[in-house]
Amino acid sequence: MNGNEGITLKLVTALSAALVLAACAGTQEIVDEEAADEADRRAAQERESAEIDGLRDDEFAEFQALDDPDSPLSERVIYFDFDRYEVKSEYRELVREHARYLRDRPDLRVRLEGHTDERGSREYNIGLGDRRAQAVRRMLVLHGVSEDQIRTVSYGEERPAIPESNEDAWAANRRVEIDYIR
Amino acid sequence: MKQANHYRRAGWLILLLWLFAPAVWADEVLRVDITSGVDAAEPVAVVPFAWEADGEAGQDVAAIIAANLERSGRFRPLSRDELPARPGIEGRPSFSEWREAEADNLIVGEVRQSGDRLDIRFRVYDVHRGEQVLGYSLPARADRLRRAAHQISDMIYERLTGDPGAFNTRLAYVQVERRNGRERFHLVVADSDGENPRQIMSSSHPIMSPAWSPDGERLAYVSFENRRSEIFVQELRTGQRQSVSARDGINGAPAFSPDGKRLAMTLSVGDGGPDIHVLDLESGEFTRVTRSRAIDTEPAWFPDGDRLAFTSDRGGAPQIYSVGVDGGQLRRLTFDGNYNARPMVSPDGRRLAMIHRGAQPGFRIAVQDMERRGLTVLGEGNSDESPSFAPNGAMIIYASRSNGQGVLSAVSTDGRVRQRLGSGESNVREPAWSPRLDAVDRGALRGN
Repeated sequence: MNGNEGITLKLVTALSAALVLAACAGTQEIVDEEAADEADRRAAQERESAEIDGLRDDEFAEFQALDDPDSPLSERVIYFDFDRYEVKSEYRELVREHARYLRDRPDLRVRLEGHTDERGSREYNIGLGDRRAQAVRRMLVLHGVSEDQIRTVSYGEERPAIPESNEDAWAANRRVEIDYIR
Repeated sequence: MKQANHYRRAGWLILLLWLFAPAVWADEVLRVDITSGVDAAEPVAVVPFAWEADGEAGQDVAAIIAANLERSGRFRPLSRDELPARPGIEGRPSFSEWREAEADNLIVGEVRQSGDRLDIRFRVYDVHRGEQVLGYSLPARADRLRRAAHQISDMIYERLTGDPGAFNTRLAYVQVERRNGRERFHLVVADSDGENPRQIMSSSHPIMSPAWSPDGERLAYVSFENRRSEIFVQELRTGQRQSVSARDGINGAPAFSPDGKRLAMTLSVGDGGPDIHVLDLESGEFTRVTRSRAIDTEPAWFPDGDRLAFTSDRGGAPQIYSVGVDGGQLRRLTFDGNYNARPMVSPDGRRLAMIHRGAQPGFRIAVQDMERRGLTVLGEGNSDESPSFAPNGAMIIYASRSNGQGVLSAVSTDGRVRQRLGSGESNVREPAWSPRLDAVDRGALRGN
């Protein structure tokens, strides 16, 4: 980690702390847990309705970086070796970029989809896809993303990116896709 | 040895009509091909059964029986042109002309009206000894004539070979249709000869891992219809289904216990990685069986209901292990090859079928003897998957690929008989062979 990153990290931590404090101040009157749950539900519903209605201006801004082809965030696929589930060093920086982005936006949610190539058995491949998604999840959490922001699903070999039987297709299919829930 | 047979082709043609009607169907013939058979297949004559019931003949019972016997690879039915005579159920056949036609056995029968039901009477003769070896009368509903023909096939097969048949059974499989670049997944249940295919579930999201209950009345399977894996149990009679597991992470690889009361499955609870769990279907309680950071999946029950075989990469690559349902007595079972997965235990518990990769590239079906440990590679493809034993343990059906499409193949456990089911556009995978649908009247087999 270089020096700039360290500063960014501290800044973000401070910002997050401020946000958490603000949130606490706003909800002080809520004493019982049921009411808190109700508030969570309502917030969730609001998020859902925002999905249906389209994005608010500030949310729209949130996704601009994701849609910018020059942004490192436009890269959202991590590739793996056959029957392996450790994130290769060449993808670590990519995962870190997403971690920073998510950490700064605690309301943002991602779904990590684990996939494999077609070789071997289907349910074992579901396990392999799960391990791959979990490996990316652990890296995100390690870099400060909240567990609550991440969901994982493994499709094993059921959803190939390239439905062909050759080395290139297999390499393209062994992947985790970072899917931002908008 | 490659043989075409119009009986079988007719069966798959119906499947084809159902699949592609009315768009395209002229060039996409689905059929069962016997790609390799036993050289010493016994010649057998199956005379068309007389129809003495109301209305037109609903099914050609003799053709269904002949096709079944041929598919087993152990019999070679004479074509109808080769039959020197068409004797009925009464009277003694002239055995000399059947010996001359080089038939070892002769099967005759008739379908008779009996109130609102049908009665199928048939006789099996040993041509060389000139005597009846089996005679039976089977009542059947008019709309269940095919099933009765499969039951009769099982009786004849067992009487002539000494081994139980597996004709009166069903297959479940997953079929994938690609239309306009979009995939549609179907869970299909068909008769063991590919006839009467019925889609019991369809989704635009993947369907996986169908597994039969031991009574043949329910199927467990995995569906991603809610954009996550979820295990359902569906009643075949009513179509009613229940979601039995929809936890965060994996809900996969369901397998009914031999008593049908429990469902083994793979769940990934927390950070630990996929593990084997057992759900008690009555109480709804889950018991965790394995506990590792590795991938533990694909549980398969041994017939005693006390142990499970499963796949694990705890040793660095997938291999097959066994464990007690209480989590004790962990043992590694496979040592040959660098990838062994998807175990299936034979009905007698003495053999283990699996996907195997050894020194040669590619994944093939292999069988391991539990006592002698030797591993025999049976598959011929290089991406074979999903082995499933017939309930008599004589055949294994599995999925393979041909020209980029999924096809089903079957091989006898001794590797001598091979069949392929479906070709062309069918794109089928993950076959699961059902238990036998009706009990065989063993008293009748002994009594003759």
